[in-house]
Amino acid sequence: MADSKQDQADKLKAAGAGKAHGHVAKGHVASGDGQTRRSFISWVVVGWAAFAACMGGLATITMRFFAPNVLYEPQQTFRAGAVSEYAPGEVSTRWKSKFGIWIVRLDDRVVALSTICTHLGCTPNWLASEQKFKCPCHGSAFRMNGINFEGPAPRPLERHKIYLDDEGIMVVDKTVSFRQERGQWDEPESFVAV
Amino acid sequence: MAEEEKKDFWARFFGSYIWKSIFRVGIPRDRRGRLMQVLSNFFLHLHPVSLPKHAVKLKYTWCMGGLSFFLFIVLTFTGVLLMFYYRPTIEYAYNDVIDLRETTPMGIMREIHRWAAHLMVIAVWFHMFRVFMTGSYKAPREFNWCIGVVLLTFTLLLSFTGYLLPWDQLAIWAITVGSNMAAATPFVGQEGPGVALLSIGNVNLIGRTSDARFLLLGDTSIGAGALLRFYVFHCVFFPLIAVFFMVVHFWRVRKDGGISGPV
Repeated sequence: MADSKQDQADKLKAAGAGKAHGHVAKGHVASGDGQTRRSFISWVVVGWAAFAACMGGLATITMRFFAPNVLYEPQQTFRAGAVSEYAPGEVSTRWKSKFGIWIVRLDDRVVALSTICTHLGCTPNWLASEQKFKCPCHGSAFRMNGINFEGPAPRPLERHKIYLDDEGIMVVDKTVSFRQERGQWDEPESFVAV
Repeated sequence: MAEEEKKDFWARFFGSYIWKSIFRVGIPRDRRGRLMQVLSNFFLHLHPVSLPKHAVKLKYTWCMGGLSFFLFIVLTFTGVLLMFYYRPTIEYAYNDVIDLRETTPMGIMREIHRWAAHLMVIAVWFHMFRVFMTGSYKAPREFNWCIGVVLLTFTLLLSFTGYLLPWDQLAIWAITVGSNMAAATPFVGQEGPGVALLSIGNVNLIGRTSDARFLLLGDTSIGAGALLRFYVFHCVFFPLIAVFFMVVHFWRVRKDGGISGPV
């Protein structure tokens, strides 16, 4: 039953010649085991497609593996105390290391400033004598209200959502941020009026 | 008598089955023998059987490619030694590095590792500079130039990931700054251009816990996750990939017409 290799080679040659001259329908040349060129190519396509799909799936789940579901980071929402605990004109560093927030009491409002420098993410220091936030990494500085005025920082510090709960205690929600350059600092959730 | 016995011993030794199973080719006595020796030996086959005269001229190559590879070997050796003492956790990392200096015998391995790392970055840049200035990136070596760019990238990535491991203030803030650049990657960084396009309605697909920076750090800021991740990248992942590309790089040097020389 099985053709010799020579026979198969001859048939392939004939198929090539037939194709060239239009005598034999393309893709219908059977080899010894009933395999046609067309079915062979279909299987190759199916095989490679399956392989590519597997590789794509593997790449996807590998990337997903790198994103953990649970983070052991501080709560994004915390109670920051009553307004009366902060003196007028005060920059409080009370929550800086734990939650990354400065509570700043301005003339007419209390705001929650993010401690992340808008340049490349370092943590600036509040210099009370110079009344400014100064970043040790590349020298950006921000005024008490968060506006940048020197160094490479391209925009003001972000403010986070702050509101009074039922007991009159300020609550800071870090999952919501307000940006000055987007005109969001006058939105009611971005400050607590005093 | 003793002299003859000695001779007899060596003759039997070199003619023994064990010796011949290791060294298929006999002691080279002519050019053909030397060629066979090179071709049949794994370690020698990395070199061409014969070199053009200019290949050994230091003035032309500066030996910068070879030095880069030598430094990589030094870094692998010292790096593996450091792994016996260094633990990549917040609790131990910094103290282990201090201990390497203060108490560990031959703790100088850490200094060698650090200096070799700086030197390797310099050597790789000089190698690139030499290849560029001599026009050795041109056909038929254009593909190998591209491999070289990949290797440069991995050299820098190895340098960057190693930077965090001492876990001092410099390390933490340098990596804070460096990894913030990942957040600015187009489309996959939460602050990068085009990220607004990847959203369904109001929901952004790329946010602070799903962007490139987060995948790199395993966290939203530099912490225990980032330290462990950078350790694995630094010690296993990047070196393996770099070795893979180095193998191809060296092989292509041979296949693309050998080491380049003055026109």
